Amino acid sequence: MSAASNPVITETRGVRVLLIALACLFLGVVLVLPLAVVVGEALAKGLGAWWAAIDEPNALAALRLTLTAAAIAVPANLVFGVCAAWAVAKFEFKGKQLLITLIDLPFAVSPVIAGLIYVLLFGAHGWFGPALAAHDLKVIFAVPGIVLATVFVTFPFVARELIPVMQAQGSDEEEVAATLGASGWQTFWRVTLPNIKWALLYGVILCNARAMGEFGAVSVVSGHIRGLTNTLPLHVEILYNEYNFVAAFATASLLMLLALITLVLKSLVEARAAAAARAAHKAREHNS
Amino acid sequence: MSVSIQAVDKQFVGFHALHGVSLEVPSGGLVALLGPSGCGKTTLLRIVAGLDRADRGRVLFDGEDMTAVHARDRRIGFVFQHYALFKHMTVRDNIAFGLTVKPRRERPTRAAIAARVDELLGLVQLEGLGGRYPVQLSGGQRQRVALARALAVEPRVLLLDEPFGALDARVRKELRRWLRELHDSLHFTSLFVTHDLDEALEVADQVVVMNAGRIEQQGTPEALCADPATPFVRDFLDGAALAADRVASPARVAATGPLRLALSM
Repeated sequence: MSAASNPVITETRGVRVLLIALACLFLGVVLVLPLAVVVGEALAKGLGAWWAAIDEPNALAALRLTLTAAAIAVPANLVFGVCAAWAVAKFEFKGKQLLITLIDLPFAVSPVIAGLIYVLLFGAHGWFGPALAAHDLKVIFAVPGIVLATVFVTFPFVARELIPVMQAQGSDEEEVAATLGASGWQTFWRVTLPNIKWALLYGVILCNARAMGEFGAVSVVSGHIRGLTNTLPLHVEILYNEYNFVAAFATASLLMLLALITLVLKSLVEARAAAAARAAHKAREHNS
Repeated sequence: MSVSIQAVDKQFVGFHALHGVSLEVPSGGLVALLGPSGCGKTTLLRIVAGLDRADRGRVLFDGEDMTAVHARDRRIGFVFQHYALFKHMTVRDNIAFGLTVKPRRERPTRAAIAARVDELLGLVQLEGLGGRYPVQLSGGQRQRVALARALAVEPRVLLLDEPFGALDARVRKELRRWLRELHDSLHFTSLFVTHDLDEALEVADQVVVMNAGRIEQQGTPEALCADPATPFVRDFLDGAALAADRVASPARVAATGPLRLALSM
């Protein structure tokens, strides 16, 4: 904490000022300026124009679809992520390394490829295309495809947050619970879950942010049908391509608002988790 | 309740942990599994608990085959070296855990659970600390909570894995004397793992010396000291004798030096 007063590990004043200035400049150009531009452009023609762009059937449909996709993808990945992390952290089995690699696959693969995979599988000429058509089911260019693509790209977030936490905690508490007669379900709810809750919440928030913001994979499977298969990010793109800048930026600012809410939630969770860790540490200090 | 271990064999990947070990623990006995690290004593204890599975062999409780019975149905108490207390629960909730997870028709009433917890807090001399969290306790207090939690479900056998290994020498001596007294007053059957010969000789009424996945010798502490059956046991005891000479000196830690040396031979 007192690095500034330690001459051994501290640079000279000039170097410090230069480094901080460089960091601030970079942050300003890359992060703050674009956000300011979005808000500025969105409100360029006044609040009325901003509201008109949002209070419009296609924009509201896009908002609804974005929230729907997130509302399905996030709980699904919450369950998958906990299962995957549980399997990786608590058990030894053949192919474990492969499973970990597979969990990371959505991070490694371009989202566009992810979308294409689903087109190849469920599209009209895809593997399951004819079978789906026979039962009058639509996946590609419809909501199920958008949800699938969103689930795919957001899969790693929860599992990736949980695996290190669960590995660090080991299995002692679960084993004790078993010897005390607890069933697997009771052990999960009463022992495992309370131990991972902060990491889990953090993973869910990141997962949600990505689910609402995903563009590439969703773009491939959506078909861009206005009012039907457009999510907010796709809606922004369409408006922008039509030179409807005020509406495009207004919609973008809505997306930004959702992101800001997510970030506030994330910092709250982090603060709570840090406070819990500090309290535990303090108790330990006090005791020894 | 007696525990009978029959020809238990266990192999991990590239490592043969137990070579057909057989052992009888008499009802009401306090038996120590003694040996250097890696000798298989903890693996054997975990197999008795049902936390690990034997590749071959059987485990019987009072003549009843437990080999295929899940840990949760064996009615055992297990105490870990590092306590494994539930961090997010108070001491009271930790102790009550085994009672509160019982199926509804077997579960005692809330008042009965509270009374039982009070009784156990008294037994482990932690009255008044029921509202604390594990991080607010010292190591010795934590291990006593772990013991109370294990005893709450009235286990048929108590299994302790290096229960005092993480504690400093003074607390360790106090606690092992206390465990012996507790054992004498409650008459449960216990099997405990240790690498500390003093501890085994002082606490147990039967000592089982293990080495490289096999039992070297089994007997009362007196019999063991009077007549070591194998060179390994003799070396083990010599190391301890050396250590005992140095106990008088303040550097208790240094005394484990020659003991370790003896173990590695």
